[in-house]
Amino acid sequence: MTLTRDVLYPAAAAELARIDGKPLSNKERLAIPHQEMPCQAPEERACNMREVALGYSAEQARVEAARCLQCRNAPCVAGCPVLVDIPLFIGKMRDGDFAGAAAVIMKTNLLPAVCGRVCPQEKQCQLPCTVGKALGGVEKAVQIGRLERFAADFAREGRLVPPPAMKPPSGKRVAVVGSGPAGLTVAADLRREGHDVVVYEAFQKPGGVMVYGIPEFRLPKEIVRFEVSALEKMGVRIETNFLVGRTRRLKDLLDGDGFDAVFIGSGAGLPKFMDMPGENLVGVFSANEYLTRTNLMKAWDRERALTPIFPSRRVAVLGGGNVAMDSARMALRLGAGEVRVLYRRTREEMPARTEEIDHAMEEGIFFDFLSSPTRVLPDGDGKVRALEVKNYRLGEPDASGRRSPVGIEGSEHEAAFDTVIVAIGNESNPLLARTTEELVVDRRGHIIVDEKQKTSMERVYAGGDIVLGAATVILAMGEGRRAAAAINELLSK
Amino acid sequence: MNRITAIRRLSDEVYRMEIEAPDVARERKAGQFVIVQTDLEWGERIPLTIADADPSKGTIALIFQTVGASTHRLAAKAVGDAVAVLGPLGNPTRVWKVGTAVCVGGGIGAAPLHPIAQALKAAGNRLVTIIGARTKSLLVMEDEMRAIADELIVVTDDGSYGRKALVTEPLKELCSLPEKPGIVVAIGPAIMMKFCAETTRPFGVKTIVSLNTIMIDGTGMCGGCRVSVGGETKFVCVDGPEFDGHLVDFDGMMRRLRAYRDQEDAAHEKCHLELKLAELEAGRGSTR
Repeated sequence: MTLTRDVLYPAAAAELARIDGKPLSNKERLAIPHQEMPCQAPEERACNMREVALGYSAEQARVEAARCLQCRNAPCVAGCPVLVDIPLFIGKMRDGDFAGAAAVIMKTNLLPAVCGRVCPQEKQCQLPCTVGKALGGVEKAVQIGRLERFAADFAREGRLVPPPAMKPPSGKRVAVVGSGPAGLTVAADLRREGHDVVVYEAFQKPGGVMVYGIPEFRLPKEIVRFEVSALEKMGVRIETNFLVGRTRRLKDLLDGDGFDAVFIGSGAGLPKFMDMPGENLVGVFSANEYLTRTNLMKAWDRERALTPIFPSRRVAVLGGGNVAMDSARMALRLGAGEVRVLYRRTREEMPARTEEIDHAMEEGIFFDFLSSPTRVLPDGDGKVRALEVKNYRLGEPDASGRRSPVGIEGSEHEAAFDTVIVAIGNESNPLLARTTEELVVDRRGHIIVDEKQKTSMERVYAGGDIVLGAATVILAMGEGRRAAAAINELLSK
Repeated sequence: MNRITAIRRLSDEVYRMEIEAPDVARERKAGQFVIVQTDLEWGERIPLTIADADPSKGTIALIFQTVGASTHRLAAKAVGDAVAVLGPLGNPTRVWKVGTAVCVGGGIGAAPLHPIAQALKAAGNRLVTIIGARTKSLLVMEDEMRAIADELIVVTDDGSYGRKALVTEPLKELCSLPEKPGIVVAIGPAIMMKFCAETTRPFGVKTIVSLNTIMIDGTGMCGGCRVSVGGETKFVCVDGPEFDGHLVDFDGMMRRLRAYRDQEDAAHEKCHLELKLAELEAGRGSTR
């Protein structure tokens, strides 16, 4: 159930008054109610593009921080790909030192307001949390992500983010390909070490998936702009509308332009389709296309944007990840009458974050579990008229450990749709590999790297989705962090 | 952003624009395209084939027709204004010596065809070029093509200039000669490319077409440009833009090109009115 600010904020204020300044035992801390995130009411937010989650109040933040037991062994930190000092920042929040908390986070995480919103904390830092374990469920863990978000927003809104300390110029230059989470992390880490950094971005705006993929209602673009501008203030140069591999070859950056090293964080590639008949009909979109049109190109603003969006009444979204949730919720906001997510397995196996699934359900999106289409059926005009859908049941666990879906013969039936959004992941982008012979990629086109993120080419490193396949913002950042350390080591020789 | 250095109106709806883009000018090869955006906040990303480039000046030339709101906005730009350019995109044309090469350009398709024709000629081929348009005022690149072609055939649908015919008629005649062309390259509206491919098919003459589909990023990310070629889904931006015309599913492609027609027509209409209004206001300002 969605809780609004007028319920949550006063309750937290009362709770804070009860515990503030008192020495608390671990038992007492465990008894403090965990703080829900206030959200826009579902019926309201389904019709606007504004952020769904509204953020804690200062009282909520302090109450939630008081739940932390400050474990010596800090299991949460081990769960964080960029190793934020979680107990330290939460300790500062307990005392109301939000700016201090933000400073702690920003030592290791350049994009805290982004991570606080889009990280799958329940699978990372919050998973091993002692509080969650003691209370018998990860949903009861200390809400580290929400606290991170509060601290980051507090610092940003109050313009309290101090410029990071930078070492004197090293005289070395690094080119970063792609301005998504991996690239920006590399840029920040290397700039701090005194290296000159140029980031090349193919789109007209920096931010990668944070700008073209994740919708405004989950991650306001204003925040991405702010976090990127912090980087520019540090002296990182960002060249947009520049496609490395085409505008300039990778080798030319190293041999002609005087870069000492290159990091490739070019991100997701060609969208995967189902390989079923009718997939090229009008009305079938990849999630990449659907979301890029609406997020980067702002097609949701029909008055001002020149990029059109397809008018949809009944939308089928194929897939069960975060991108599928984003697509479904976007379609709803663009005015579709009915949006259904078709997934071959059940809710248990869905890779999307619990919160995203809950939000989608609250907003009125339907879920057809154990079903997947076999064909897209056309009307007389080459447009989507319906899907032929097959039912599934769960069989034995497959290599991923998830129970694999088994098609039920003869269960095929027609379901009327005019729009189909395919959100089943991406292949790799073939462009850099095709234009750079020396770059070794695996069978699926992902760049092969060693444990330091180094590719088959000297002085060339890679990380993020171009290495991992479709992953998350924070995993890309973790790879960027590792690559930056290796590049710094190389340049210090 | 990239500065516009020259604009020439070739006909009512066709413009030639030179834009400073030194990296693109240096790297581009025949057959490649760019994506142009007039406004980074609200503008559309428009894929346009590169007609020419001058690496010493660091400029590229684009020839485009005003077909919708975005191309109208591009046409309304002035020398000194800036637009964003990304490129060069797509794979360059594969050029080799085949004997006789026939290049067929429909409408402004003649513009992207020109560098390809040039390259085919430079590879040692006998170059025959057919250019055609609905009517005389929509013909472009006649002089440029005449300068490089061993034989130039000009046709118009309405007979207002050159021979009154569709491009497929002289193409069929050329394919019927004892010495068949080694290759045909056809660029123009989808329907024209389709019929060129149908014309050459019975003769078994290899026919290359350059597709201009709906596209957002142009770098292999959105999948909007997909087209069925020989029963397989291909992406025009990274697998193309050139394909074997005998394998392209033109009907499917044309349906996809029409996906946004209603919205485009509405936007086009609105843009027309806005520009008209601006012209009227400007006119009033200067005459009084």
